[in-house]
Amino acid sequence: MIPLLSVSDLSVGFGRKAEANEVVRGVSFDLADGQTLAIVGESGSGKSVTALSINRLVDFGGGKITGGSIRLRRGDGGVLDLAGAAEPQLTKIRGAEIGMIFQEPMTSLNPVLSIGTQIAESFRLHRGLTGRQAIAAAKDALDRVRIPDAARRLKYTPNQLSGGMLQRVMIATALACNPRLLIADEPTTALDVTVQAQIMALLAELKRETDMSMIFITHDIGLVAGIADKVMVMQNGQAVEQGELNQILDHPRHAYTQHLLHAVPHFASGKATRSDGRREKAPDAEPALKVDGLAVRYPVRSGLFGRATGAVHAVDGVDFELMPGETLAIVGESGSGKSTTARAVLGLVRSTRGSFSASVRKAAAGQSALPIQMVFQNPYASLNPRLTIESILAEPVIASGGRVNAETRARMTTLLKRVGLPENSLERYPHEFSGGQRQRLCIARALMLNPSVVVLDEAVSALDVSVQARVLELLVDLQREFGLAYLFISHDMAVVERIAHRIAVIYAGQIVEIGDAKSVLSAPRHAYTKKLIAAVPTIERRRQRFELDTRQVPSLVRPLGFEPGPAKWDVFGSDHRVRIEG
Amino acid sequence: MRILKAIFAHTSGRIGGFIVGLYLLLAMLGLFGLTPHNPLTQYRVDRLHAPSAAYWMGTDLFGRDVASRLMTGIGQSFTVAFFSVAFATLAGTVLGLAAAWFGRRWDGLLMRIMDVLLAFPAILLALLIVAVAGPGTWTSVLAIGIVYTPIFTRVVRGPALSLKAREFVDAARTFGSSSGYILTRHLLLNLVAPLTVQVTLALAWALLTEAGLSFLGLGTQPPAASLGLMLSDSRNLMETAPWLMIFPGIAIMISILGFNLLGDALRDILDPKMRRAIA
Repeated sequence: MIPLLSVSDLSVGFGRKAEANEVVRGVSFDLADGQTLAIVGESGSGKSVTALSINRLVDFGGGKITGGSIRLRRGDGGVLDLAGAAEPQLTKIRGAEIGMIFQEPMTSLNPVLSIGTQIAESFRLHRGLTGRQAIAAAKDALDRVRIPDAARRLKYTPNQLSGGMLQRVMIATALACNPRLLIADEPTTALDVTVQAQIMALLAELKRETDMSMIFITHDIGLVAGIADKVMVMQNGQAVEQGELNQILDHPRHAYTQHLLHAVPHFASGKATRSDGRREKAPDAEPALKVDGLAVRYPVRSGLFGRATGAVHAVDGVDFELMPGETLAIVGESGSGKSTTARAVLGLVRSTRGSFSASVRKAAAGQSALPIQMVFQNPYASLNPRLTIESILAEPVIASGGRVNAETRARMTTLLKRVGLPENSLERYPHEFSGGQRQRLCIARALMLNPSVVVLDEAVSALDVSVQARVLELLVDLQREFGLAYLFISHDMAVVERIAHRIAVIYAGQIVEIGDAKSVLSAPRHAYTKKLIAAVPTIERRRQRFELDTRQVPSLVRPLGFEPGPAKWDVFGSDHRVRIEG
Repeated sequence: MRILKAIFAHTSGRIGGFIVGLYLLLAMLGLFGLTPHNPLTQYRVDRLHAPSAAYWMGTDLFGRDVASRLMTGIGQSFTVAFFSVAFATLAGTVLGLAAAWFGRRWDGLLMRIMDVLLAFPAILLALLIVAVAGPGTWTSVLAIGIVYTPIFTRVVRGPALSLKAREFVDAARTFGSSSGYILTRHLLLNLVAPLTVQVTLALAWALLTEAGLSFLGLGTQPPAASLGLMLSDSRNLMETAPWLMIFPGIAIMISILGFNLLGDALRDILDPKMRRAIA
């Protein structure tokens, strides 16, 4: 039997001299009906380009297939080499035989058209349906991807739907013509972990129902375990290893696959938490940061005169203590209020209520030290592109009234060396550094004033997985060396497990569970924490059956003057408490 | 240095740069009096003399050398254009940064004033200001400067608003950097590229507006020369002495072409998205 798709010796290049500038070199694989192939690799490995070459979308990005063949067995049994096919032929194949979903559902849909119109368009183009028929088909498609209340949602525009819902709409569109091959390019990377679990469950179910084949592209080898039959690992444009799922995960042969499986943080349900710096060591120490009853509210205005009619309770009654040398991770999904908490602590957003105090450490050499510093998520946006590294590092010193002298320069070079950057970095500009290096620069900048608390807002989320691991190691080393307290904001449980001593789970603006990292991760008590942890993909949970759950996050908008009742807590063990829902 | 090299590598930049360079040279010579003849001397015998070896571009009704007057005229027009654009850039940058930085009411108030100014056609507004303040070189500078201030305000305000929301500005706030430091180092420094482009293009418009004002008799006053004034003087002699009109006309046209070409080239070079394609 001929495989559905047979790619052999595929090479793809970019630019005018595509042959000299190849980003995919000699990739071969076969895909049978109903099989799922996962392509795993870091950014720049060529995984997306490989997938985009199959439906030849790569042509529109300036790419050119420089060698090899892509044989697709068509619905009528004929075999077509897509590498040499002409554009009119390809237009018929895209959508009808090969469906595709992208990473960003928010930007893949037209914001001014209703989703019904956009799904119906696919039926109009490929199946020749018109008017009512097309709309009815669109409703069925939404039902199929388990969107509740589909008939009403057809009239919604994309901004009225959440990211997870939009990704379902994208899947519905891609599946409109029952393609025999679905290409999913990082379909869940932009989504929250519980939503990711929903989408994965949906894809798995749809695959069972329709017997379609799938190519699933991801950087997260943990996600592969739940869905793939075969795995292909890519590095620098080459397929370094491919084979059956179990074989790759249990007996990786190539060094890079081993690196991906072992050096990269994977979630291990609390088995990989840190064992240093337990809080019992110093029971009566002064906390480095104490937050008490923090609340951030934004007024909701409506009507002709913009009267406040309610308030968004972004953060409501959050309190915690952070000891020196300790990492408190704040985990939660987007919109839960975790970043707002961090920004309120730094004074970047004004808090409505609550107090926080940070102990000022004895500053080195007469510098006035600001006790709290921050490292941001996006290393590309948090450094001014027009300033040299020297000016960037000098800024905190100048801001706190210091002078740039030999001493500060010495501190700059020491810190640069400490975070692992070359010594000649001072005269260079940010664009000369990679993402990981820039994040190291941001860390060095945050340490210039010798702070006692560093807030890390998704500080490793934008980095490639193996870079992530090295930056985490650096953070742990720096913490030990300087006795720093970290407030680590993250949505990524695997990363949190590696760095946190304590974890606070935040949901709808409130802490629902807080305690020792091991205890929270291995024995979660709150329903939401359980759901969150169950959704984390791991290589241990193979062929996991995700359950579909279409509940929405509760609204944070409260009527004017609303006050939440005092929190009641259930206490488990020495350092683990859970909010009782009242 | 790098930017000069980039301009030279860019086709329209090369042409525009050459034209602008040539004009700057002519303007300098004109301003320092290094002209073939004295632009004010009236050679009575040679009135309305056609272009010849002695008078390269002929003479006007009073027997003054057109080539010499053209050079001083370019000097005059460029002086007005440079000072008015400098005024507009300074005022526009300050107002635009203020609008973006203080936001809310200030933003609304400043931008609405700018909208009102923009609603007038440039030459009409300039005429209005000159009519109130009386004609003269420095009133033209002021008038043209005010006319182009709203454009610079807009050019600065938009990017400043987006820069203000960038993470490096948030980072600066966490260090406690002063507003002045953030405004100059983080906002202004990143605005240099769009401003450079805008300045080059505004010079072309300012030249044209100055010519228009002088043509209407409200800019440079005779006997001093300026491009617009020379055109104005040639109106009644168009048929008997066409060189009086042709040379200043071509001079205005080519100068504007030069600045526009240079501006386009700078836009390509300074746009970070284009930078890699050229380099």
